[in-house]
Amino acid sequence: QPSYKMPSHQLLLQLMKRPSQLLQASRGLSAAAAGGTRTVTLIPGDGIGPEISNSVKKIFAAAKVPIAWDEVDVTPVKGPDGQFRIPQKAIDSVNKHGIGLKGPLATPVGKGHRSLNLALRKEFNLYANVRPCRSLEGYPTPYKNVDLVTIRENTEGEYSGIEHIIVDGVVQSIKLITETASRRVAKFAFEFALREGRRKVTAVHKANIMRLSDGLFLKCCREEAHKHPGVEFAEAYLDTVCLNMVQDPTQFDVLVMPNLYGDILSDLCAGLVGGLGVTPSGNIGESGAIFESVHGTAPDIAGKDLANPTALLLSGVMMLRHMQLGEFADRIEKACLDSIGDGRARTKDLGGGATCSQFTDTICSRVA
Amino acid sequence: RSATSVGAIRFACYQARSFCSGGGGLSAAAATATESAGSSGASLQHADQGVEAGGILNAAKYGGRHHVSLIPGDGIGPELMDSVKTIVNVAGSPIDFEEIPLSAERGTDEDMRRAILSIKRNGVGLKGNLETFEGMTSKNVQLRTKLDLFAYVQRCKSIEGVPSRYSDIDILVIRENTEGEYSQLEHFNVPGVVESFKIITEAKSRQIAKFAFDTAIKTRRHRVTAVHKANIMKLSDGLFLDVCRDVARDYPSIEFNDVIVDNCCMQLVARPQQFDIMVLPNLYGNIIGNIAAGLVGGPGVAAGMNIGRKYAVFEAGTRNSGRSIRGKNIANPSALLLTTADMLEYLGDAEDAKKLRNAVLTVLRSGIRTPDLGGSSNTKEVVDAVVQYLLQVRGH
Repeated sequence: QPSYKMPSHQLLLQLMKRPSQLLQASRGLSAAAAGGTRTVTLIPGDGIGPEISNSVKKIFAAAKVPIAWDEVDVTPVKGPDGQFRIPQKAIDSVNKHGIGLKGPLATPVGKGHRSLNLALRKEFNLYANVRPCRSLEGYPTPYKNVDLVTIRENTEGEYSGIEHIIVDGVVQSIKLITETASRRVAKFAFEFALREGRRKVTAVHKANIMRLSDGLFLKCCREEAHKHPGVEFAEAYLDTVCLNMVQDPTQFDVLVMPNLYGDILSDLCAGLVGGLGVTPSGNIGESGAIFESVHGTAPDIAGKDLANPTALLLSGVMMLRHMQLGEFADRIEKACLDSIGDGRARTKDLGGGATCSQFTDTICSRVA
Repeated sequence: RSATSVGAIRFACYQARSFCSGGGGLSAAAATATESAGSSGASLQHADQGVEAGGILNAAKYGGRHHVSLIPGDGIGPELMDSVKTIVNVAGSPIDFEEIPLSAERGTDEDMRRAILSIKRNGVGLKGNLETFEGMTSKNVQLRTKLDLFAYVQRCKSIEGVPSRYSDIDILVIRENTEGEYSQLEHFNVPGVVESFKIITEAKSRQIAKFAFDTAIKTRRHRVTAVHKANIMKLSDGLFLDVCRDVARDYPSIEFNDVIVDNCCMQLVARPQQFDIMVLPNLYGNIIGNIAAGLVGGPGVAAGMNIGRKYAVFEAGTRNSGRSIRGKNIANPSALLLTTADMLEYLGDAEDAKKLRNAVLTVLRSGIRTPDLGGSSNTKEVVDAVVQYLLQVRGH
């Protein structure tokens, strides 16, 4: 039973700031709803990215989804000022269409240019990362009946990228928490909960240690809770949540938290239901939304037809629901989950023996 | 940036450097080994330090009896400490507790000063968790930083009889305990914008890394894994990782690898048996420590120890105050009892430690458990069972 319901027309319009986009969005929405084609930016990414993107395109075509793909490459190029930036073509594309689907991008560890993923988030002001984690029928893990959503503040916090060497051997890393960003993500969390019919939002924090920063975040959550009385609100320490999560994850519903905690907790939750290979993710912004698979580029299996497109496909399903194409979303999701449930059709990482193409074809035949 | 915060950083740096200039960090080991398994786990003895470093002379012993500072703390702390006192009595362990009145309600600077003085005098402490209300600075963090308890060690081992989704887990979590995100340096930049500083120093990173590798040698373990997020926090976690790698070079017999913290969480819930010793900065240690504790049975059976060069303070592993179950007689005393056993071992009473540990593990195995472990016994029943076992053993 899919837990993602359609966003209201008004809410979607509120998400887009610019007037031209408002027009575009309303046109796009009604076009899609009326059977016209909507264009979406597709960022295949690195490593296994291109092959899983092809799978998704193939499956969407088989399901006759009224979407056209505008494929772009986000590998940074050197600008006139010598700085590496995302190519303008990519930026223009996402700004124009407002919706994107993205495969995995590579990030160098320790040295090198700033994380591309971070750069995309900053560029499009994607402030909330939404990751539903649901136990997959047909792919059991030690954790049953998991059904939670992590909503993570996506633009500030510990990932502000502000670090200094104070003196030799002493490094300071700054965590930035602002009222604006905290309020924005808290508001989104409650509206999301109401829209999706979820019953409880828990703010995850460490305000006993980080009194001012997490304290501010908590204050914003409390205020938004007050404004949304239809949803239950709770607060919990990060370490207690982690402790309880691995013992009984069914006690959690929607979790909202600052950047770092969200990063760690969302990966922990993904691990409970089967890992990043099957986890969808959506990044909601003020001027658009990008849905992405969150696994790595898996360079060791790239090009060998071994990749599992489930994560990207389920992210595409999230995207369809966001675009009010719920019917297509349901059909594709069901085809995907049924194929995983069928032991023979699964890819290697899920314990099956099928190649990426075979798995894709199975889904296509189920969805047509 | 205010002058005081820079001053604080410089001071922390100076302190860390001076500690590191001495001979290698504390070599200590955690051991909550089950007797039946026969696993050794080298004993936790302060004496190894030798007299020059303050060694065993640092742990107060009057007339052959150890003097230990006791901070009951808040929540379920006081009631569980009563259980500890009862059992220590019955077991005949030579421990006298000096109780320190420090709690969330009663926590002036003077109270804190007295508590620290007491622990410095006795060398060893046993503490419950002190709650932190809004607007307060955490007293737990204050204690740890003022006593420079630089390492927090949690042994997370699967316990027979305790329900868990996994078996054969045996992870030693070694967490830097005094810097990182817990530096408590925050301010409002402008209204509505807060800056919080995470400080990583080379000195403290080296200290904790060396501690981890020395522990690996002492406990005859094989691998140390550093957990970090250096792909995003390139300077701070990058420094931590670089230092760990550097220290690893001095221990060629110990395997070293590193893992990014979010991937680590996923690995822990998929295949926790792959981890041996984990060394981490403060916050990640908090997270991973709690996850690992949850994997082997939860807060009711987790033991933890804060180790410094001169002092050690033992507490329940996941540091919960248990406010919601206070006074209901359902708190699990096992965690604190296992921690007390670790403390006995640290003080050099290996026999008593083994007896106490066996008592607790036997009771857990027998099915007498509190609700957090899926049982239906209350605190008193579990304590009585442990007492019974100890009396039986003593009778022989």
